[in-house]
Order: sequence, then structure tokens, then C-alpha cells
Amino acid sequence: MKYAYFPGCCDHTSAREYDISTRAVCRELGIELVEIPDWNCCGSTPGHSTSHLLGVALAARNLALVAEMGLEECTASCAACYQRLAMANVEMQSNKKLCDKVNWVTGKPYHGGVRVKSILEIISGLQPEQISSRLVKPLDNLKTAVYYGCLMVRPKAVQVDDPENPLVMDHLLQAAGAETIDWCSKTECCGASLAISNEDVVLKLTGKILAEATRAGADCIVTACPLCHFNLDMRQKKINQVFGTGYRLPVFYFTQLIGLAIGISPDDLSFNTHFVDTRKVLELVG
Amino acid sequence: MRIGVFVCWCGSNIGGVVDVPRVAVEAARFPHVAHSVDYKYTCSEPGQKMIVDAIKEHKLDRVVVASCSPRLHEPTFRQTIARAGLNPYLLEMVNIREQCSWVHAKEPDKATAKAIDLVRMAVAKAALLEPLFEGAIPVTKKALVVGGGIAGIQAALDIADAGHKVILVEREPTIGGKMVMLDKTFPTLDCSACISTPKMVAVAQHPNIELVTYAEVTAVSGYIGNFSVTIKQKARYVDHASCTGCGTCWEKCPKKVPGEFNQYLDNRKAIYIPFPQAVPNKPCIDAANCRLLNGQKCGVCAKVCPAGAIDYEQKDEYRQVEVGAIVMATGYDLFNWAQAYGEYGYGKFPDVITGLQFERLVNASGPTGGKIVRPSDGKEPQNVVFIKCVGSRDEAKGKAYCSRACCLYTAKHAHQVLEKIPGSRAFVFYMDVRTPGKAYEEFYQRTVNEGARYIRGRVSKISRLGDKLLVRGADTLLGSQVEIEADLVVLATAMVPAENSRELARTIGFTTDQDGFFQEAHPKLRPVEANTAGIFLAGTCQGPKDIPDTVAQASAAAVKVCALFAKQEIATNPMIAEVNETHCQGCLLCRDVCPFKAIEAKTISDKAHGTVKTRPVARVNAGLCQGCGSCTASCRSGAIDLKGFSNEQIASAVKAFLCC
Repeated sequence: MKYAYFPGCCDHTSAREYDISTRAVCRELGIELVEIPDWNCCGSTPGHSTSHLLGVALAARNLALVAEMGLEECTASCAACYQRLAMANVEMQSNKKLCDKVNWVTGKPYHGGVRVKSILEIISGLQPEQISSRLVKPLDNLKTAVYYGCLMVRPKAVQVDDPENPLVMDHLLQAAGAETIDWCSKTECCGASLAISNEDVVLKLTGKILAEATRAGADCIVTACPLCHFNLDMRQKKINQVFGTGYRLPVFYFTQLIGLAIGISPDDLSFNTHFVDTRKVLELVG
Repeated sequence: MRIGVFVCWCGSNIGGVVDVPRVAVEAARFPHVAHSVDYKYTCSEPGQKMIVDAIKEHKLDRVVVASCSPRLHEPTFRQTIARAGLNPYLLEMVNIREQCSWVHAKEPDKATAKAIDLVRMAVAKAALLEPLFEGAIPVTKKALVVGGGIAGIQAALDIADAGHKVILVEREPTIGGKMVMLDKTFPTLDCSACISTPKMVAVAQHPNIELVTYAEVTAVSGYIGNFSVTIKQKARYVDHASCTGCGTCWEKCPKKVPGEFNQYLDNRKAIYIPFPQAVPNKPCIDAANCRLLNGQKCGVCAKVCPAGAIDYEQKDEYRQVEVGAIVMATGYDLFNWAQAYGEYGYGKFPDVITGLQFERLVNASGPTGGKIVRPSDGKEPQNVVFIKCVGSRDEAKGKAYCSRACCLYTAKHAHQVLEKIPGSRAFVFYMDVRTPGKAYEEFYQRTVNEGARYIRGRVSKISRLGDKLLVRGADTLLGSQVEIEADLVVLATAMVPAENSRELARTIGFTTDQDGFFQEAHPKLRPVEANTAGIFLAGTCQGPKDIPDTVAQASAAAVKVCALFAKQEIATNPMIAEVNETHCQGCLLCRDVCPFKAIEAKTISDKAHGTVKTRPVARVNAGLCQGCGSCTASCRSGAIDLKGFSNEQIASAVKAFLCC
């Protein structure tokens, strides 16, 4: 299996754990990732909220590069990057006028043809035995609150799973031996990039997610989105300060836990670069 | 040929837009027109007299009336010209109201030109009209009622009271339908079982009613006055002739199954009566769940039955009955919300229930003896949230239509919560509150005054919060978000047509609407008739409605049946299809397109050059044909024609329009 890989900006900065663990897990599971040469930012929220054309064009240029690589499938680990690439792909294929305009802007004609998949879809698309047969450190004692956030399951045209009760990441962690708890904030918004313009909102929303995960008895939260991770992990201390709470919930990318379960060393999965101490979880897994 | 043209003003309805006198003047110049006038109200008594006098004075032999839709006044004017001695089918109507003045109110000149064109076409067609004569068919004075809910019960009792025989077929083991499951009925709060069970008993005891439960209609042939119906009596595995209904069998039966009557809130046995007041009050075995019938060791019911009534060898039986009219009263089911509403938990939270489940919870004969408790832990709820329009008025999830009864039953439920649980709170999420019925608005206001909190907005999410449910929604009047910690959530789910009703409509031969409800012949003027003659509609099978409307419609359907049975013979519509056997190739494409199953093959013999050859041709059943014309459009050799709308007549009208 060979995929063009779009790491995105976060994966080089605040979400290095996601990039490192994604590459490590894929190498172990026989999924070949080829980084797209000369890739550019997907535009993220600032791109499409500035101009629809800009948002589509930024993503479409990357898709054109994938086509030039001669690969049919492309993947991104970041939920926002995945969503921007996948949405641009839908729009380029369904709106000819927009497609022509975008191609004029990018100078790299692209008319569809590349399939965009999130890294979650690719890893969960493996047979469960491909994970379970490689288990070195089953996550037996670990209770995980699996958190999907908004972007993986919306909008309908690019959703990875059911928007109300997604299960695809739950099943993956169950295959790795972890317990996935039934909780009610699976797809609630963390506040995302409002963290920059209106942090109060994010503290409130993210605080609710932490409260729910704690109430449901989780040992950690598992996510597939750098921004969710950023808000839940880095802002946890501030939430504790503002609301007088005492959360100490480690927050992981699902690739980190899958990697741990199949025997990759925690250091190679960047367990030591989190804001909330992850040693509690390592002790539980043993 | 002498054609008379009468152009109507319809007060200002037509005359306010179309230059009516000018239409009359223009029409006087059309071929064969011997007389042309306009009049203020042609359908009035003096208007009709004017037509009768004109026919005599001007020796008219065809009449064209340009006025409203023929659906409204064609019968009127047919009678008018018949009074003057003309064959009633020598009338042609032109619709210059609904199809002209009303839709072109802002373009009077164009409307006038269009009216003139329409009259020109009608005159050209009228010149080719032929006299038509009604036939007569006998009537079997026995009715079939399909469905034994309150609609079927009411229709059957009314027809039977008028002295006619009725067969009432019910799919379930008992009659009573949904109404007998309800606790109290709005707005009077009288006990639903107390007013419906006596009617169930009356059906069983009525000398004119034959009650056939646990049975289905599987085939219908024939036509108005003369239907032949096949009924499948499903095997009950209990001989009802010898069973005394003593109850030993269902007491001893070891197999428990979630019970339909209590909406799966408790269990029944595999041999069961649905509820203690069931009619008939004798059990049947649910074959899918019986141990013995599924190859396991059991046979307990047969051992304990003192009457020896258990018969594991019983088979489904089919019988044929002849009836003259059919009343459809198959009712509704509840929308399967659990499939569509992930945000309400896909049915995985036991304390999110439907309104019908709430009815069983609050009912003295229900699984809790009338105590409102949470299905999850049996505790009494304090905060109860009601959500309206679950599936209704929501095209993304379910249906575009309003289910009509939910606003009132939710008001009733909220009232019952506040009345029965001291200190409780009832929250109602609504889009609009619709209370169109006698004393309905007053009832709703009473619930509001009792303290029910009405919140205008929809619920976006229900999630688990410890042993409670967190209900998140919007209050669109305050423009804010709402969160309620609820102990119980009750959903007002949409009414949808009863399971398999679309297939049943196809079997019997009439149409359903876009939502699968049975289609009435006319939404205003023929609301209780299907568009196949002799088939009548009662209750929620035609569309969502509450009990008063259902009962009214059932009685109306019964009157229609009685009006049909009041005649020895019925006149048939002569405007039906006719086959020219000389031209017919026998391809029978017409049979395939006929929505009324009115065309069949027949074999005829031709004599040619001294030999006799047989070949198939199409034959139209005059009792079934409704004159829709589908067959004439499908016929490749032009061999089938609709009387009153022949190909030649239509072509003549089109030619008059194109060649003027």
C-alpha cells in the first residue's frame, strides 16, 4: 500500500507527535507514505474563511502534485488538512466553473482523480488481525475516551464515519486491547481555532470535554486532530487554573497508542513531548 | 349540426379578468355555432333555464359551456341539457376559471385570447361528440372492512346498523387498534379503553358483522359492486370453537417475548392474548417464538388445555368472499426514529421513549399499573422532556408533513406528568403549537397554566449524564442554548402508513400518495373515496389524524357504502375505453399500463377465405375502467379509444388551435 502523504503545517510544529507516530506506525504496518514534494499549507480555517477560492486553490495545488507523483491515493493525518483536501476534491469534481478558475490560479491543472483518505480510514481499513496479531503490549488496563471532534465526521460529503455515533476509532483501539468508554462528548466541538481570537469559549468547551471524560472514568483521551489535541493537552493547565479543576488527563493521538501496542518504544512515539504527563498511562499499560 | 356556446362570468371570478362578452362574440363565428351568449352565473337556476330555452329555441344539438372546472359543474350542466331532451354526453365544458382567469389575473388581454382559443378547441371537439349511454351493473350488498382499529370498527358498525352485512378483517389477533392502547383521550381526558372496548364488543356481537381476526387480504379482483376477495386466515394453532379462553395456557407457557401491546416495555408469552379485554378473548400461538413449533421440546400448552383446543398442525387457510364495497381502515405505524435520530441515541438509551410507550406507562392496565417510571431503573422521573415533530415536518430525517395529533397528546402527557408526579417538571420542545380542533386550544392553555414549560426550538443532542440524560437544544425565542438534565424523554414520533399498506393498495388496485398514505379521489370533494370506484377510506390510512376526525371519516365512508347499497343496480360511467377488435394486434401493452386492472385478453375468431383463425385481443371490463386514458396513449395501432375523449376528438381540438 503506497500513499502520497500530506503532513501539513501542524505536524511539523505543534503536532509533531502525530507526524512521528503516524510515520512509525505506518512503517511497522507496511503502509508506505511518500511525502508530497513541495507541498503547501492546506489553508486551514484562515484560508477558506478569507476566500472560498483561496481555500480550494491551496488544497487543489497539493492534489495536482499528487497526480504528478503518479499516485492515486493521498492521505493526511491532520483532521483539518484531510477535510480541506477532501472537500476541495469534491468541489473540483462537481463544479466545473470553479475547477477551471482554480486551475488558472494554481497553474497546475487538476480535474479530480486522486482519492483522499484520512490516516484514520487507512489504518482502520486494515483487517483487525493485522493489528491484533502484532500486539506486543496490549492496552488491556487502559480506559480510553475516544474523541472524534468535528472535522472527521462533517460535512456529509467527506465524513469518515457516522456523525452522531462514530465508532471507527473505537474499533481500532479495541483491536489494540483498550477499553473504549461510552461517553457523550465524542463529537462535541473543542472550540478549535477560536483559541486565538476568543480563548474563553475554548476553555469552556474544552473544559466540558475534559469533565465528561473524567466523569466517565477515562484514563486518557484519544484523538485524531492536532487542534483538538492542542486545546485538550496544552490548555488543560489553564482550564484547571480558570475553573479550579484538577484534571490530569493525558491526551494521545490514536497512532501513538496503536504504536505503543504493537511494540514501538514510547520515545519513538514522542510520548515525552506532551504537556500533560503521559507516564501514568505507560504505567497502566505496563 | 347546431352548437350552442354559453360563456360564464362567474361573477368577477372570470369576468374580472377575461373579456367575457368578446369571447361570446368570437365564438359565434366558429364553425357549427348557431348560438353564443354570455351570462353572469350560468350554473344558477335562471342560467340553467336560459340553456334549456336556448336548446329548444335554436334547435341546438351540442352544447359548450365555458366556465369553471368540469370537476365542479359538469354533472350540473349534463342534467341541464338532459332536461332539454339532449343526451347528457353531448356537453363539452371549457375551464376558463381555474385554468385561465385565476392563473392569468395580471394579464387580462392574454387571458381573453387564451379563453377564445380554449372555446375554439372545445367547439371543434363538440362537433364530433357522440351520444353515450350509461350501463347498469348489479350490487352485492355486503361490505369488506380492512382493519379493526377505531376507524374500521366505526365503519363496520355504521354499515351493519344500516342493515347490511359486513366482514371485518383484522391483521392482529384482536381488534381495537392503537386507540385501545391509549390511556386518556384529549381534550376531554376520558378513558380511551372505556370508550373503545364497548365498541369492540359491539362488533363481535353484531348479527350483521362477521369478525375475522389474525387474517389478511391477499387478493382482490372484480369491480365496484362485485369484488371477489381472498382472505388468508393465519394459523392460530388454537381451535377457537372449543377454546374457552380460560387462560391456563398462557399462564403456563414457559416462553417470554417482548409484548407488542405494551410497546415492548414488558413481556408476553408465546401463546397469548394481547390484553385482557381483547376481542376475541381467545389466544393464538406466535409461531416465530413458540418452542415446539421451532423444533424444541415443549408442548406445555397442549398438556394443560382443559378443552383440548391446541392444534400444532393448524395451517393457514384461504377463503373467498364476494363483496360490493371495500372500506380501507389499515391505520398507521410510528416512524422508526431509532434508525434516523443518532443525536437522540439511536434507541440505545432506555429512558428515551415514544409517546405510545408513555401511553402504556401511564395506563392503569399497562406494565406499571399506571405509575410513570423510567424503563431503565423503575424510578419515578422528576424532569420529563417532550420533543415534538420527531420525524414529522423534517424532510432531512423523515417526512415533510405534520402528524396532526402530537401537539395535543404531548399537552396531555405533560398534564399527566404534572398531575401524577408531585414536584415534577415537564419541558416541551416545539416548533409550532397547532391546536385546530374543538376545545383543543383551551386544553393546551390549561397545560401551560399548570406549569408545563414550552420551549420553542429543537433538541440537537441527547446524551447520557450519569443515570440521567442531558438534553441540549435551542430556545429560538430567547436565542439561547438550553440544557436540561432529564430523567425521561418522550418523543412525539411521526405517524407513517401501516406496514405493508403500499403493497396492500397495489394488491387491491388503488393508489397511494408520495408518503405512502392511501390517495383520496379528491382532497376536498371526495375525501373518503379511493380513486378506484367502490373502495372507501377511513382514518389514518389516508393521512395522519386524531380520533374525532378518524371516527367522522369512518362514518362518512360508511354512508358512502350505504348509498351504494341503496341501489339494486348502479349506473356505470360510459366514458370508458373501447377496443376496436379489427385493429387490435393483441400486444396487450394496454393491459400492462392500466392502473385499474381493467383490461384482459380475450380470444376471438376471424373468418377469412373460408378458414377460421383465432387471435387474442384486448377486452375492457366496463366495471373496472375509470376512463383514465392510459391505454389509448399506449396503443400502437390506435385500436383503443376513450369514449368522450376519442383520438379523433382530441385531434380535432388540437387542429382547431394550431390552424386558426
